[in-house]
Amino acid sequence: MAAVLQPKSNRRATQGAISIDNVVKIYDPDGAAVMAVDHCSLEISAGEICMIVGPSGCGKTTLLNAIAGFHEITSGRILLDGEVLCSTEKPKAEPGSDRIVVFQNGALFPWKTNLENVAFGPIMQGAMSKAEAIEKALDMMADAGLGGVEHNFPGEVSSGMRRRVEIVRALMNDPKVLLLDEPYRALDSLTKSVMHEALLEIYYKNKVTIFFITHDLEEAIFLGHKVAIMTTRPCKPKKILEVDIPHPRDYSVLTSRRFRELMEETNDAVHEEALKAFAAGEKEG
Amino acid sequence: MAIRKKALVSSSLWRGVVSIAVFLVLWEIGSLSKFWIKWESFEWLRNALTGIDLKPVYLPWIGAVPAPTEVLHAWAGVIGDAGYWQSWYMSFFRVMSGFVTAMLVGIPFGLLLAVSRTAYGVGFPVFEVLRPIPPLAWVPASIIFWPTQELSIAFVTFLGAFYTIVINVVGGARSIDVRYFQAAQSMGSSQWDIFRRIILPGTLPSIMVGSSVGMGITWNVVVAAEMISGGGSQDAGSSGGGLGFFIWNSYVGGSYEQVVVGMISIGIAGYVSSELLRAVGARVTPWMRLR
Repeated sequence: MAAVLQPKSNRRATQGAISIDNVVKIYDPDGAAVMAVDHCSLEISAGEICMIVGPSGCGKTTLLNAIAGFHEITSGRILLDGEVLCSTEKPKAEPGSDRIVVFQNGALFPWKTNLENVAFGPIMQGAMSKAEAIEKALDMMADAGLGGVEHNFPGEVSSGMRRRVEIVRALMNDPKVLLLDEPYRALDSLTKSVMHEALLEIYYKNKVTIFFITHDLEEAIFLGHKVAIMTTRPCKPKKILEVDIPHPRDYSVLTSRRFRELMEETNDAVHEEALKAFAAGEKEG
Repeated sequence: MAIRKKALVSSSLWRGVVSIAVFLVLWEIGSLSKFWIKWESFEWLRNALTGIDLKPVYLPWIGAVPAPTEVLHAWAGVIGDAGYWQSWYMSFFRVMSGFVTAMLVGIPFGLLLAVSRTAYGVGFPVFEVLRPIPPLAWVPASIIFWPTQELSIAFVTFLGAFYTIVINVVGGARSIDVRYFQAAQSMGSSQWDIFRRIILPGTLPSIMVGSSVGMGITWNVVVAAEMISGGGSQDAGSSGGGLGFFIWNSYVGGSYEQVVVGMISIGIAGYVSSELLRAVGARVTPWMRLR
């Protein structure tokens, strides 16, 4: 496996820098204002894997939805390569193919085959003819180890396969940023380890910026250049960790001394927030 | 795997055959019981029951129902009769025309209610007030309104399927996961693309469910409407009135075996329609067979 993980291209990503600047999000259901995100600032450089770690319901997904353009922000601004996506004046970004989301429970269209799903984006954007899109989709799927399931429906393959198909579908759009919302949450730990290496492999070939939400610290340190540990609601960075383990990485990293040191360094911060979230949850319940 | 599947199919077929056979035998025995059980032997029970209540009690008696063999005999009598097949044709034609019209009107109407807030606000309240009115309550109004009997029966049949199809389309379209819309939007789909590639296929399974329920109601309605309105075309007499009128006419004429022939004919016709619909459903929603 390690041999496959060698980077095929050394191209450095020059696009996809995200700058989150003092973003506030207040939900206002029935007049009871709930602050989900509190003056959150975070810089993500082009081509970086940034892992967002925080307890469930802390507001991580709110941030992701703001970048993707699915929801409005209350104030602050988010920039992509220096261009304003959304701000206090224009609270909702336009969804676009430069920022593609891979959803928590998957959002492959069940009525399309895996191949039709993968080829969907370029056809929609008019970037390729149908034949070209199909050809490229077949290439990319074969490359990602998905040869053989092209003509199956998503419901016919394992959940691990489905995630991989969805990531390939996202990459077909040639995005600057990949937004992953706990994509491996529902997978068992063995499948997860396979998926991690597969993701890195895809990343080394494509070098997109990855904004990856998780609450698994081990996953975060293993994959990320940068790990942002978020506070429980309202959400903002509590601690930002630069992971100095060089890429390309493989699973042997998990047993290295540096990895364990980084785990120790951050474990307390994560645990502290988890406890707070738990206590807050008890009050709500 | 394939062998096991094959065995399963044939064993369920086997069970079906046995269950129908047992049903027919029990029915035959029950029906023939009039020859070996005398009504008078139950006089004491009747007297006892009458004693509690003041009116005389009549007990239902399966001996009053024609036996399967008699029904079969009556069937053999009408099977070569063009009038009997004309009844089949009339009912089938009415069901299909009402049902297809209900789909042609109901699916676009349901989709419109689902995608447009304005349409929903304006259209749904009226729809919801009209929906609880049973189709059969429309029969008199329908006869008054439509110029011919045939059209009034077709209209009532149409109503039977229409409401169910619309409700299912609206519900189906509204329950499509928001993530599909978000994903499609991110990948650059226009509003029309989203309608054609997300809403339409996403609603198809609900359309099929609504259709199969609607098809059942359509058969209920057509038979009752034929009975009430006297079969539609008076000049055709007993031969042109559809299966509902066939039953009613047989009843009035005292031919109880033919009543049962008509009933079973409707059962078979309904079964055939459902199977047709299922085959269509499997073809247009191939991804659903995985569930």
